Amino acid sequence: MSWLVQTGFNPWNETILTHAQWNLVYAALAFGVLFMVGHTLYVALWPKPKGGHTAPVNPDAAARVPARVPRHSFAARAFHWIMAASMLTLLVTSFAPILGWQFDWVQIHYLAGIALTISIIYHIIHASFWLDFWSIWLNKEDVNEAITRFKRALGGNEPAPRKSAKYPWDNKMYHTAIVLAALAAVPTGLFMMLRVRNPFFNRNPYLFTDATWGAMYVLHGLAGIGLVGLTIAHIYFAIRPEKLWITKGMVFGDISREEFLQHHDPQRWVVGAPPKA
Amino acid sequence: MATIHDVMPAFELFQPTSIDDAVSLLQRHRRSVWALAGGLDTFDWLKDRNKRPSVVIDLSGIEALRGIKALPDGGVEIGATTTLTEIANNQTIREKFKLLADAAALVASPQIRNQGTLGGNISQDTRCWYYRSGWTCYRAGGNICYADTPTSINREHALFDANRCVAVNPSDTAPALIALDAQMVVRNADGERVVSAEEFFIGPAIDITRMTVMHPGDLLTSIRIPATWAGAKFYFEKVRDRQVWDFPLVNVATAVKVSGGNIQQARVVVNAVAAHPMRLTAVENAIAGKAQNEETATMAGELAVQGAQPLAHNAYKIPLMRNLVKRALRAEATS
Repeated sequence: MSWLVQTGFNPWNETILTHAQWNLVYAALAFGVLFMVGHTLYVALWPKPKGGHTAPVNPDAAARVPARVPRHSFAARAFHWIMAASMLTLLVTSFAPILGWQFDWVQIHYLAGIALTISIIYHIIHASFWLDFWSIWLNKEDVNEAITRFKRALGGNEPAPRKSAKYPWDNKMYHTAIVLAALAAVPTGLFMMLRVRNPFFNRNPYLFTDATWGAMYVLHGLAGIGLVGLTIAHIYFAIRPEKLWITKGMVFGDISREEFLQHHDPQRWVVGAPPKA
Repeated sequence: MATIHDVMPAFELFQPTSIDDAVSLLQRHRRSVWALAGGLDTFDWLKDRNKRPSVVIDLSGIEALRGIKALPDGGVEIGATTTLTEIANNQTIREKFKLLADAAALVASPQIRNQGTLGGNISQDTRCWYYRSGWTCYRAGGNICYADTPTSINREHALFDANRCVAVNPSDTAPALIALDAQMVVRNADGERVVSAEEFFIGPAIDITRMTVMHPGDLLTSIRIPATWAGAKFYFEKVRDRQVWDFPLVNVATAVKVSGGNIQQARVVVNAVAAHPMRLTAVENAIAGKAQNEETATMAGELAVQGAQPLAHNAYKIPLMRNLVKRALRAEATS
């Protein structure tokens, strides 16, 4: 397990977990780069499925789509960019010193962590009461669509899947991965603040046993390393030419009718005026 | 965990006779190498099994690392393996930079000063016994400071800049060198770089596992002291639990230029209160231009301890530091 975790000794001469193995940061960076190269080659060279990636949409439903379609409210965009800024700050302040750029990082790191925590709490409340909460979570239809797309990419004759609802299945998968990483990193990070002097909590290094603290540090580190790869992948997709419409939607809040109809099924993501009875 | 034995675990020993060879060896074995000068910090670590380098490079055979040379500007260049006794007794240093001679003369004991080197004294690791006991604390790559809890034995630990780790720098010569605006000459495979003494020492906020800017593969070759403070009014005082063979609880080094009873310029440096020697620039600025008298010295002492954050058992260091700075800056202060 030494490739995964670092260990040490406590005053009782017990072996304790101390950190994730920091060499894994290089593996995460390598994964991110290989993923970008692999995906770029896949898009450029892999044969396209017969009949296009997706099935045509219902023309009646398409006719009801307005010229501009609101995609992200201001509140949702504010959350996204605050979270992005705090996440990038967290990654730089945690891994840059490990990679050799040394600076006073602890305070910046925990302040960014608090900003991220507040923004996540805000997002949960906002998504629960003001947005369609379930629209971002993977469902059976997404799994079937992913399997169909995979088979068609390998030359299969399955019928083309429908265009997506508000969030495509790959967006949902990414969201799920981010949620899992955040669930590992955020609570552990908040508890770890009890080990350092800060203006918010009184230090209490003996709140947990050495074993629990060790597990917490390892989990926090592994989640952080995972987030390095996830963040690289996210930024890569945000700047790919065919995905720029999503990025623009996250900046300006809406997308055009053409972009909507190219990527979404108006019967799965209903916008505009409802059909008259 | 510390396991004291009479003999050390085996390692490969190299005894280069030139700086180039030493640098080359340090580079080649940088993953697990230890540079040995006087050996006074080294052998504790090795015998306790808390550092286990596979390669040790003995620097004692390198003539170019020894001796004290006059520089054209009136300063001196001191080889990193020059002994503390040589420095304490050197005529030029005693005449021009008595501050360093006084500091060197108060290190440990005569036997240790005969063997210990200037490079070793400034590069030595902290004396925090939790760390030196071999437990995996922050400084040893872990995730806890055993010295910073309500029940810790932390009488000798830090008042300032405690960032997770509360260990202190134990050097006596380091504050004197900072007060003298010394420069550290460091060689590695990429060439030579010169680092000011003030920037040579780092705290845990920057790197919790090291006390200086030296990386694996680096070799401290010499210390240059410019003529800037030659002949200034110096003061060095070290307070320790016993009067010989002990590390400082707090020490202070000051260099002051006085004209007409007024302080023109000053350097005030305190050690053993943080993980790095602390140059008190706020104090230096506050006393510049003021009369060197009891009032100014008292003000300087009060200012010096602002921001101190005592641990469970080291609050006594606050009045100690305050009074040391005050004593160092009084008109009658003399080393």
